[in-house]
Amino acid sequence: MATDHITAAREISQERTRLVRSGLRRRHRNEAIFRGLGIAAIALALGFVALLFVDMTRKGIPAFVQSNLHLEVFFDPAIIDVGPAPVASEFASPAQYQAADLRWRRELALLNWNRILEASLMAKVPAGTEISSRELLSIPETNARHQLREMFVANPDLLGRTVPVDILASANADNWVKGNINRSLGDAQQQLSPAARTVIDAFEADGTITNGFAWALFTNTDSRAAPASAGLLGAFVGSLYMMLIVIVLAVPIGVAAAIYLEEFAPKSRLTDFIEVNINNLAAVPSIVFGLLGAAVFINYMHLPISAPLVGGLVLTLMTLPTIIIATRGALLGVSPALRQAALGMGASKTQMVFHHVLPVTLPSILTATILGVAHALGETAPLLLIGMKAFVAQVPATPLDQATALPVQIYLWQGNENRNFFEPRTAAAIMVLLGVMIVLNGTAIYLRSRLEKRV
Amino acid sequence: MKTALLASAAAVALVAGSTAAFAQTRDTIQIAGSSTVLPFASIVAEEFGAVFPEFNTPVVGSGGTGGGLSQFCAGVGDNTIDIANASRQIRDGEREACASNGVTDIREIQFGYDGIVFASAASGPDFALTPVQVYKAVAAKVPVDGELVDNPYTSWSEIDPSLPDQPIMLAIPGSNHGTREVFQERVVDAGCEEAGLPEGLSEEEAEAACTTYRQDVVTEISGDYTETLARLNSDPNTVGVFGLSFYEQNTDTLKVATVDGVTPTKATVAAGEYPVSRPLFFYVKGQHIGVIPGLEDYVAFFLSEAISGEGGTLEAAGLIPQPAEKTEEVLAAFEAGPTQ
Repeated sequence: MATDHITAAREISQERTRLVRSGLRRRHRNEAIFRGLGIAAIALALGFVALLFVDMTRKGIPAFVQSNLHLEVFFDPAIIDVGPAPVASEFASPAQYQAADLRWRRELALLNWNRILEASLMAKVPAGTEISSRELLSIPETNARHQLREMFVANPDLLGRTVPVDILASANADNWVKGNINRSLGDAQQQLSPAARTVIDAFEADGTITNGFAWALFTNTDSRAAPASAGLLGAFVGSLYMMLIVIVLAVPIGVAAAIYLEEFAPKSRLTDFIEVNINNLAAVPSIVFGLLGAAVFINYMHLPISAPLVGGLVLTLMTLPTIIIATRGALLGVSPALRQAALGMGASKTQMVFHHVLPVTLPSILTATILGVAHALGETAPLLLIGMKAFVAQVPATPLDQATALPVQIYLWQGNENRNFFEPRTAAAIMVLLGVMIVLNGTAIYLRSRLEKRV
Repeated sequence: MKTALLASAAAVALVAGSTAAFAQTRDTIQIAGSSTVLPFASIVAEEFGAVFPEFNTPVVGSGGTGGGLSQFCAGVGDNTIDIANASRQIRDGEREACASNGVTDIREIQFGYDGIVFASAASGPDFALTPVQVYKAVAAKVPVDGELVDNPYTSWSEIDPSLPDQPIMLAIPGSNHGTREVFQERVVDAGCEEAGLPEGLSEEEAEAACTTYRQDVVTEISGDYTETLARLNSDPNTVGVFGLSFYEQNTDTLKVATVDGVTPTKATVAAGEYPVSRPLFFYVKGQHIGVIPGLEDYVAFFLSEAISGEGGTLEAAGLIPQPAEKTEEVLAAFEAGPTQ
């Protein structure tokens, strides 16, 4: 009887073990499949990111290098036949001096500086090469004449002297040197004439054309007249102004709103309604904010079009919900013990919030802010609607001046008709934008880890 | 934290107060409109900024002829543009819209010509097109044996044996572009007439037959020519519609088609031999002259010989200059006052 019982019990236990064992293989297999899928997902995601970076870098790196011409320029008095520069002390009033100075500069501007440029280029052309003046002038960038004029305006003593000057090679010459245009194509499909191409090759051989770092990319604004000198400075400053406006407006307003809603506002239908709406606002597509900005800030408030101020305001509206939600989340995460301890020691509610709760949440708020700002930095769609996709050739002096932004500049260069030159330049601009993003996100991570340690 | 709150209060006050502060006059010329004119206008703007140190460099936006003119007609004042670039003439409806918003002094400036070309991938076969062939390729319904039928053609060689045996695929400018209107008028309408619609169609039916495109092989591009080029790169069978100046900068990847046997070049367009060309314009808001500094100087500078004349800066960028007499006439009309 007893043995039967034991045998039965053993059988049940064996049966159970068998069941578990048989299921075990399936469970192990499921786990292996799940892990495998997870690893595959990560590999795929990393693969896409790597593809993006490798492709951008491969296309963009050549644009950081650019062809330069090294010339000996003679400021020929026979061509520069204007009077001497007006001197301030010779005039009765500053206004008269300014008028005379403007007149003098206007006279200089109307001179044909290309003749000076042409002479200095001709001096470098190997003897026996037939080249027309038009073909020769297709080698330097068209802004070289302005560069020479500005040199002369800054230093009128150059008259009659020969000085070494570095100027940019034209976009088409740069394409030829770098092989961005297929060098084996026939004459009809080339942008430069056969004579110009021969001269460029000779210049390259004798060191008149060398490749140097493309400083123009960082020190110049966009340019259509002289594509080789097109740079990102104007767009960068425009983006900078917008970021400053976003930080100055969105952070205090967002944090204050979050603190009030979380710590002070009575829980009522109204606050619930507000909360739902803030969450909805965070999901509104950015183009809607652009339309709103165009209608309210430009048409109703009459703020200037294409100005970083308006861009900053639109991006502030877009960033606000993100900061409010992140701050509220951070405040929710603070232990009730901290609040109760503070209140128990006799602190007022305001003191409790500002002395105890807020310092603990600072790292999260900071991270949310930087990520919000980085997101705003890359935003393009709303800016197109408030006129920020215009061609601007000046660095904006204030947030009220017309400007573009980094992502918009990428969009504009992507549409430029000189594809061979601007495809690499667009990729380079993307690399710069990504670089700024990485710096911002890196700062967020660094600050968070530092502040968290301290608290 | 207190300082942050104060700062935010100050910032809010600043924004609120700024509304009043910006009643001051803008001192930079603001331009928008046709993407065909954009490269030319941008070059002039830059040169203008370099030559006239006392004026700011004008700001040039795009948006297509239609988009530019609708901004132009939005009203008079600082927050409206001063100049609209256009690759076609302003329409009566647009003038009315302008007038209803108080823009009554519109001065038209014609500054040169541009050709519209059909181009395909440089690696593909040559095309020698005629308007009627293009019409037969794009129209939704075509006349076959005296009857309007759904367009049966799938390959260019089915339209005409002289054309290559290549599937029909076309990328044309969207209706926001002035180029589209020229394409319709000079190519499709001309081809439609030549093809001979069946008798007995009402006027509306005839117009619909000429203006309704097939959706399956015709793609309307609302963006820039680079978008059209991208489409050609992804499908080398595509024939795209471009401006002559765009084609000239991309001869390494594009091959141009002849129309009626004429190859589009600056010379054939200027001589009027190439049939698909159009004048280019910009419209100046007369009410802003004297308010926005430099507006008159910009117009005079744009029309100067060194810029838009024979051998000028814009010719190097692809513009086909107009005769000097025409330019003088335009400048005289501008200086004389409103053109209405």
